[in-house]
Amino acid sequence: MAASMEGLEIQPEISNNYKSDSLLRLAGRRFFRQRSALIGMIILGTLIFVAIFASQIAPYDPNQVLIDIEDITQRQDPCIHLLGCPKDQAQHIMGIDGNFRDEFSRVIHGTRVSLFIGFTTVGLAIVAGTLIGAVSGYAGGWVDNIIMRLMDVILAFPSFLLAIAIITVLGRGLQNALYAIAIVYTPQFARVVRASVLSVKEKEFVSASRALGAGSFRLLFIRILPNAIAPLIVTGTLGIASAILEAAALSFLGLGAQPPLSEWGTMLGTDRNQVFSAPHLVFYPGISIMITVLAFNLLGDGLRDALDPRLANKASK
Amino acid sequence: MIQYIIRRIFLAIPVLFGIMVVTFIIARSIPGEPCFVALGERATVEACDAFNKRMGLDQPILTQLMIYLKNVVRGDFGDSISDSRPVFTILTEKIPVTFELGLVALIFSIIIGIPAGVLSAVRRNSAVDITTMVGANIGVSMPVYWLGLMLAYVFALLLKDTPFWLPPSHRLTAGIFSTPFFETWGWSITEDTFGYSVLFFISNLYILNSIITWDLEVLFDAIKHLLLPAIALSTIPMAIIARITRSSMLEVLGLDYIRTARAKGLVERVVVLKHALANAFLPIVTIIGLQTGTLFAGAVLTETIFSLSGVGRSIFDAITGRDYPIIQGFTLVVAVGYVLVNLIVDISYAFIDPRIKLE
Repeated sequence: MAASMEGLEIQPEISNNYKSDSLLRLAGRRFFRQRSALIGMIILGTLIFVAIFASQIAPYDPNQVLIDIEDITQRQDPCIHLLGCPKDQAQHIMGIDGNFRDEFSRVIHGTRVSLFIGFTTVGLAIVAGTLIGAVSGYAGGWVDNIIMRLMDVILAFPSFLLAIAIITVLGRGLQNALYAIAIVYTPQFARVVRASVLSVKEKEFVSASRALGAGSFRLLFIRILPNAIAPLIVTGTLGIASAILEAAALSFLGLGAQPPLSEWGTMLGTDRNQVFSAPHLVFYPGISIMITVLAFNLLGDGLRDALDPRLANKASK
Repeated sequence: MIQYIIRRIFLAIPVLFGIMVVTFIIARSIPGEPCFVALGERATVEACDAFNKRMGLDQPILTQLMIYLKNVVRGDFGDSISDSRPVFTILTEKIPVTFELGLVALIFSIIIGIPAGVLSAVRRNSAVDITTMVGANIGVSMPVYWLGLMLAYVFALLLKDTPFWLPPSHRLTAGIFSTPFFETWGWSITEDTFGYSVLFFISNLYILNSIITWDLEVLFDAIKHLLLPAIALSTIPMAIIARITRSSMLEVLGLDYIRTARAKGLVERVVVLKHALANAFLPIVTIIGLQTGTLFAGAVLTETIFSLSGVGRSIFDAITGRDYPIIQGFTLVVAVGYVLVNLIVDISYAFIDPRIKLE
């Protein structure tokens, strides 16, 4: 937070020498200069494209059982015509799964599920964390103390363990897994927002606004919170990466998404005992998880360097 | 110093208390009757009442909480519902499995992560740096269980009949047994002997036990079985440690005293390892402490894949089986361990950097 304030203060000097650059444009330029951030952006763009047009890209319905339609065997190896698979055999580039379904179509549709999980969990956590952190930082005193100690207790648990425990209370299923991860991730956003609120609330422009008669609500949401957006975006993007990873792990253990939903973790979990006979059923869902998580990690790192000029300067030294 | 340590421990007490209350609440909110788990789905109402009375489940919830807190402070975690042994005994069986696995994984990640990070900081933007950082980015993004399964596929199946073959499950090959050191040495110890649980705990660390009794067959077998899970578990911490080491080193290497050290003609190796690394160590230690949480999450998954019966797997089984005392006891131990490790990390700052005044 302090960082983007610094940026604001430096800005007039820059504008004197060059054509006026907005903070956003400066951040944008720093962002695009980094190769890794760009790669993350490209991968994510591709994934979003795949998620939107999943039904058009996938050759089959993800839940369609193909046993009566084609001549296939259970957990059949991938068959790619370009790589010498006989032309008279139907093409299944990622093979067939344990229920005679096309693995490629399932992996493609899994993109939708994973991105949905990432955005909704972190979205929920950001909303909850922002409210909690804003109230805590703005109110101060004992309210702040109680809320933050509660957050400390949540943070004292390894997050994955707490998520498992919450799901046990709520019951299995994708929806409950989403809630569990959102709860576990809330404290870190609450902390980020609280820190921003604390650092801004005594600044002159806030006092000025208060002197002009702005109420608590207006002060908090119009004057103070916009300053917390930069760190929230960074924490959020990196949070999506871990949320997707944890949600997939929960599904792998059978606590999250339930079959027949084509969720990567569930697909991996269902076929994990077949890893020796049908490794393709483990390989493809796993590598898809990895690529998706990698995209958000690269993007998050890039955004951090771009939005935090302090770090960016340090790195270019 | 001692004052600081004592104060830190006191500060941790409210958090520990919170953890106990949370584990209690979670264990009690799990839907389903524990009585059916213990006595079977068709247990009669009378049998269930008697069971609830015996386990104290008929008391008001606040009384239950107070009893629970009092017992925990005395080291009594109650008896497991599903196999009616004391939770404490089960803990001494399971913790060594996870501890051994986690420790070996942590050692792997440190001895590879730190040098990799140092090297990429020193040779910034070189091929080494780029390879390490690409590797680290992939490492943090990899699902542990997927890597575990892939490693098992490669080392247990593809490399079968080669010297590189590694077993994909369990702690020892069937037929090989680890004899506790106190039995090898002929100590007359029974389960009632004072300190038995400590000795039993140590003997359950197979690698340590086989080293002190010099049982090479068990030692090699245990190491072979531990390699795959430990490698799988170490990737994420390794990647994170390498990244932090790199950025921390880059920061320190840009400082004036490093220029001075170079100017006075010190060999680059001394500058990097003695002057720079020593000062770059603080964030590295912090992140290593935080990795205990990651390691634990990973342990649940790695233990599942490699059929190891450790803490992670037990908590998972207890949750599916609604075994309250086990869930409470194990979760508590893990969370307390996590808090303690981070406490130790905080205290270690003072040893690493004498400038930090512990007030």
